[in-house]
Amino acid sequence: MALPKLAVYKFASCDGCQLSLLDVEDLLLDIAGVVHIANFPEASREVVDGPYDITLVEGSITTPHDAERIHEIRRESKFLVTIGACATAGGIQALKNWGDTDAFTRTVYANPEYIDTLKTSTPIKNHVEVNFELRGCPIDKMALVEVVSAFIQGRRPNIPEYSVCIECKRRGTPCVMVSHGTPCLGPVTQAGCGALCPSYNRGCYGCFGPMESPNTEMLAAAWQRLGVSNRGLVDAFRGFNAYAEPFRITGDHYEALAEARGE
Amino acid sequence: MTSGVRNIDVDYIARVEGEGEMHVKVVDGKIEDVWFGIFEPPRFYEAFLEGRPFSDAPDITARICGICPIAYQMSSTHAMEYAFGASVTGQLRALRRLIYCGEWIESHVLHMFLLHAPDFLGYESAVHMAADHRDVVELGLRLKKAGNDIVNVVGGREIHPINVKVGGFYRVPTKQELEALVPELEWSRDAAQKTIKLVSGFSFPKMEQDFEFVSLSHPLEYPFNEGRIVSNKGLDVAVSEWNDYFLEEHVERSNALHSRIRSRGAYHVGPLARYANNFEKLTPACRDAALEAGIGPVELNPFKSIVVRGIETLYAVEEALRIIDQYEEPERPDVELNIHAGVGHGASEAPRGLLYHRYELDSAGRILKAQIVPPTAQNQLTIEDDLRVVLEQSLELPDDELSWVLEQSIRNYDPCISCATHFLNLQVERTITK
Repeated sequence: MALPKLAVYKFASCDGCQLSLLDVEDLLLDIAGVVHIANFPEASREVVDGPYDITLVEGSITTPHDAERIHEIRRESKFLVTIGACATAGGIQALKNWGDTDAFTRTVYANPEYIDTLKTSTPIKNHVEVNFELRGCPIDKMALVEVVSAFIQGRRPNIPEYSVCIECKRRGTPCVMVSHGTPCLGPVTQAGCGALCPSYNRGCYGCFGPMESPNTEMLAAAWQRLGVSNRGLVDAFRGFNAYAEPFRITGDHYEALAEARGE
Repeated sequence: MTSGVRNIDVDYIARVEGEGEMHVKVVDGKIEDVWFGIFEPPRFYEAFLEGRPFSDAPDITARICGICPIAYQMSSTHAMEYAFGASVTGQLRALRRLIYCGEWIESHVLHMFLLHAPDFLGYESAVHMAADHRDVVELGLRLKKAGNDIVNVVGGREIHPINVKVGGFYRVPTKQELEALVPELEWSRDAAQKTIKLVSGFSFPKMEQDFEFVSLSHPLEYPFNEGRIVSNKGLDVAVSEWNDYFLEEHVERSNALHSRIRSRGAYHVGPLARYANNFEKLTPACRDAALEAGIGPVELNPFKSIVVRGIETLYAVEEALRIIDQYEEPERPDVELNIHAGVGHGASEAPRGLLYHRYELDSAGRILKAQIVPPTAQNQLTIEDDLRVVLEQSLELPDDELSWVLEQSIRNYDPCISCATHFLNLQVERTITK
């Protein structure tokens, strides 16, 4: 029986999420034994034509050309998985959605007329139907193995949608907000990293985006009790998942407050 | 000369990090134009860093590149510390070198085994190569993992580590956590030796380029984080003097800025440059291994960069073992910062070469202006120079072989196009007019 064909595509991104596939050193050759890596330019010159059974898409849509290209990819993909914060939420480059793209271009490039870019950085789901979203900046490589395995086995991937707090409790990490007053996005952020930052005495900074039902209002109030300003809240919610709706709304709310109070 | 019209279009160069394009035009057997362009969509990091707190820079700039996030974290933290007059010394400084060793091992081994070796052995990918050389691919994967393990322990995770901050770390590892890395690193020392033997046995196209090699140089050690910027042609300047000596130009064919040395032109950053400028700082085992591999103190054949990556991998393994051996847990994980307005410069040696950052900060430590000069942008002109020479030497090859050797010569630089802005699109156009 022919192996399922896997393709990997990249849009605006850092390559880190697709690199996760090469970072499963112990399993890479085993994976190559159960799926046919048919189109993965970062790893191979060989390009086997679609259609593909499973397509991994990294990166966000930021150029007119890419806004076209994602439709072609959707047409040749049976099951399309977005990997990482760029593909699922627009990534850190979505910060330009709040700025003046023309001014941004002038800041970085001497000849803005050479640059062809959209005014926004948007997630893949804003353009085409997505079958599964894998969160993280970067994704967790074992979660990627789980998604590919689940696809082969014809089941739903076992990926948590609860918050980072649950992971802290599981690993026995004392709450950094309670024990040393460190602001932490863990209560509103989806699990997936294993509650890494709190285990390094640092507050979560939201790599996996909003959890299923985030109470950002309550969390922001708790941060303010720790002395964080409105501007500080804007910085926190405008991170790697800034354009994901619950974070976007919260960031905009505190920005309006900061402006009203002249912070 | 061959007659008739030959057009070669290769839509991607594979096995590089990112999206770029190369166009070669040959008219009547003469090279008319060679360019290497970058079509990675621009992400505007330097623009959206404006207004962010200084403390965001290491985490945000890490996202420029999933392959070398440590480099971005190091250059940005050093730049901020320069602005605040802070200096990170002792064991904290050693831990920074250690995490950089991890990144060099992981990145160099990824490139040697998974991206570049398939060119020399004639395979489309490492997975194809594994069908005939499973032991080689397994050696590479295990060695790569040893590098990632260092980054994991010190940084929290391999990609976009979370433990680096301006002033040091959030938490320092215990001696025990580091000692757990030792057995695998001891295995890695032998594995790196084997790697050098393996890659130095490949066959290399003959080529020597009169490169200006630019890298950091430090009086006491092979450079990672600190030193002056030097070249084999007399450049010797402080990191803070960058903009006086280097120029970035924006050209139509690329979303990355091209770098030049003012009044001189193209230059070369990366393993060959570091090696040539710092050969005597390598460990005796590295120098011996180089000698045995037939590499002198200066190597001018860019195809042999794979051997120098092997030598640097051995160095990084030995340096990691030394640091772990001498490690004592410091009392605090970071140094105090005196936040004030100022300008900061930082440069460190990413696996692919020198990475310069400059920030202007306001009195609250918010970023007013950011400048980031990644290694691949600096190598763009040199890559084009190499392509011209390779093309000249290889015009008689059939189109598919010519394309492959040109791609291989781009891969000599382990280009990270995500960094430089990413999709390599190779086109060779041959026009015959008579």
